[in-house]
Formats: sequence, C-alpha cells, structure tokens
Amino acid sequence: MEGKRSLRMCCLCNERRASLKRPKTLQQICRECFYLAFEDEIHQLIVDNRLFTRGDRIAIGASGGKDSTVLAYVLSKLNRVHDYGLHLFLLSVDEGITGYRDDSLETVHRNQIEYGLPLKIVSYKDLYGWTMDEIVKLIGLKNNCTFCGVFRRQALDRGAAFLKADKVVTGHNADDIAETVLLNILRGDIARLSRCSSIITGEDGPIPRCKPFKYTYEKEIVMYAYFKKLDYFSTECIYSPNAYRGFAREFIKDLERIRPRAILDIIKSGENFRISTTTKMPEQGFCERCGYISSQKWCKACVLLDGLNRGLPKLGIGRSRVAIGFKEENKSHGTKSIESKQCGSLDF
Amino acid sequence: MQLTLEFGGGLELLCDSKKIHNVNVEFEQQNKEDKLTMKGLLSWVRTNLIKERPEMFMKGDTVRPGVLVLVNDCDWELSGQLSTTLEEKDVVVFISTLHGG
Repeated sequence: MEGKRSLRMCCLCNERRASLKRPKTLQQICRECFYLAFEDEIHQLIVDNRLFTRGDRIAIGASGGKDSTVLAYVLSKLNRVHDYGLHLFLLSVDEGITGYRDDSLETVHRNQIEYGLPLKIVSYKDLYGWTMDEIVKLIGLKNNCTFCGVFRRQALDRGAAFLKADKVVTGHNADDIAETVLLNILRGDIARLSRCSSIITGEDGPIPRCKPFKYTYEKEIVMYAYFKKLDYFSTECIYSPNAYRGFAREFIKDLERIRPRAILDIIKSGENFRISTTTKMPEQGFCERCGYISSQKWCKACVLLDGLNRGLPKLGIGRSRVAIGFKEENKSHGTKSIESKQCGSLDF
Repeated sequence: MQLTLEFGGGLELLCDSKKIHNVNVEFEQQNKEDKLTMKGLLSWVRTNLIKERPEMFMKGDTVRPGVLVLVNDCDWELSGQLSTTLEEKDVVVFISTLHGG
C-alpha cells in the first residue's frame, strides 16, 4: 500500500471504491455504505435509548456549526425515513457577538430554508438586556466565557419553553464527550463527571436534553458534511481563548491518532463512573428570583446579571457570592467556583 | 505539477481566507521516477501558502491531529498518508475539525 493510490474496494459492498477509514471500526468503506452506517447507528441509538416519543416537539440546538448542521440534516432525514412522527424545530441563541454569531446565524437561516424547519432565535439582549459585546466591553476578556456559558444554558431552555418543546437535542459528538469526561476529572468536578456522559440529562428539570451524536466521531461528522456538501460555519468565537479545554482537545486528538478507539473507551469510563453514596452532592432547588433550577438561592445567571446591572461584574465569579447574602452552609458543598472554566458551550 | 488545494473548516483563515488554491508545485526530482508525495506537498504548503499560525495546520512533519486530508475525495488514511504520491491535476482537501460545533 505504501504510496500507492487507494484502489481497494469497500469492505462492506465490495462494489465501489473505498472513500474513508472509519475511526470506530477501522473499516475501509465507500461513501454510500458510510452514509448508511452513519445514519443507521444514530437511528439505532435513538431507538435503543427511546430518545423520542411519537408526537414529540424537538428543539435542535443550532449554532450553524458542523455538528448541529449535520444533526439537523440527519434528524430530519431519519424522522422522514423511519416515520418517528416528530415535530422538529431549529433553536439558536444569539449571544450578540458581532462578526461571529451574526455570520453563523446566517448559516442557520439558510438551513431553515433548506431543511424546511421552523427557526426560533433567542437573544441575550432580549433575555438579559446585555449582548456579549457589551459584557466584554465592561469586563474584558477574562471570565467572559463564564457569562456566556451560564447565559446560553438558560437561553436554550427559555427558547425551548417558547417552542413548547418536549426535548432539546444538541450536536455534542463523541470527541466532545471524551474531552468533557477528561476535563471533569482534571477539575475534580464529580457532579458533572457523573452526568456528562449520559445520553439524556436534565430529566428532573423543565426540558430534558439529549445527545444523539454521543458515539459519533467528529471525523465522521465532518466527512459526512463534506461528502454531502452541507453548508456549515466554521470560525472560532472571537472572545474565546479556550485554553484549558484546548489542551484537553489536543490530547484527545493525539490519542485518537495512536488508537482511535481511545475516544469510545474514555466515554465508557465516564459511563461506568459511580459516586460513593456517602458523597454530599449539591441539592437541586429553584432560583428565588427567576424560578430556574438552581442549587443556590439564586441561579448563576441571576447572580452574574445582578453583578452586571450593579456595575460589579466580578460578583458570581470565583468565591465572592457571600456579598449577596448566600447562606454560609452552602459554601462547603455548594457548586464550585467556575472561575477557571472556559467556554461553556460544552457544559452539560 | 498542477494541483488544486482546498482548505476548509477554518483552515482557509490561515491562507488569506481563500478556500481554493490552484497551484503549480515545483519539486526536485533525484531520479526521473521520483514522484511528489504528500510529505513533500505539506512542506511546500507550509512554506508557500500558510500565512499565519502554522501550528494550527501542522505538528511535526504532518498535519495537526484533527485535520482531515482527502486526495481526490479519498481519505488519505487509505492511501498511505504522508507517503501518498500525487499526480498532475490531483485535488487535495484539508479540513479542520477543530472549530466550533
């Protein structure tokens, strides 16, 4: 094989020339067989885990990036082919980042037309009165990802509630999840570690979220998008240095090159992780101000927003919550400082 | 050698935000039979096309993990990666998987 062009045939159909090597199985397969295998695995995951019920209203978290674009395409195809009977919607969050989100939302608008899916956009400006541009102007480039991540999580829930959605699906792929398992181990965040590899999260909350791409390799998502010529947006957020997560990502990618199965193995480790029953976990309650789920008196978004509006944007960053009168006992086992946490778009 | 190079998934930002580059790659032949390989092409691209942050494109003598390479729409993992030989009018595509979701 050295240096020779691939003339080998697809190991599944043996009729067409192989076009790619699957990281999961190392099989060499043609495009047609790849599309089938890719879509079938996702279908099987949906069926086996009973992700959806006929008649469900499903909001697809759509950023215009590769994962959510492929997710919207594949879900609408599977819904049609296998007659799931789902009502699909695109749900986008406009953080108010000029030169980044405005461009990616144009991609979502094109997807809306192409896939015939209704689109709802919720903006930070409408929900919180602040755009990320304004927040960054005030607080600079440190901790801005904390604001954005906390706000995004709620914004998706609010948008889903507006759409009367039964579930939110997100495009998190196997590489993302392996990376998050690793990050949560490094941070010692056992609460997140125990839930970050679940296929469905937030079943006790208002709207559950699920991840149909949980076992889907990023390489295959990008190959699928490329072969199918799907229209997606790929630019890094202008405000995200993303250093810490970047190291984890690079490590995962290095591992994948040596042994592609490593990604699935890390997810498996995350799934098999059990927390000792004697470990104190944060208790889930509701925010006294906005009613959103929270383990504290106020939810993180309200704390951050309060700081912004009072001209004290450092409130809620790090361990300064005493300033707004949180009960002392919360300090010992409450949710940890999220100071070091970068871009929260992958936070489950 | 005339080649068409395509950069996607954010890599185009490293080379003047231009996705498609029609290039003429000169390389030194030791013997008449010598062919341009992907290894040779990568070092040519790094020298001639990449204008900024080369570490986003390459790591060591190969592409950075997470960058997909296709030669004539075929995954280069099927053709020997760096040792893949190139021919006149080939199309080589580089796509980063590392941006956004």
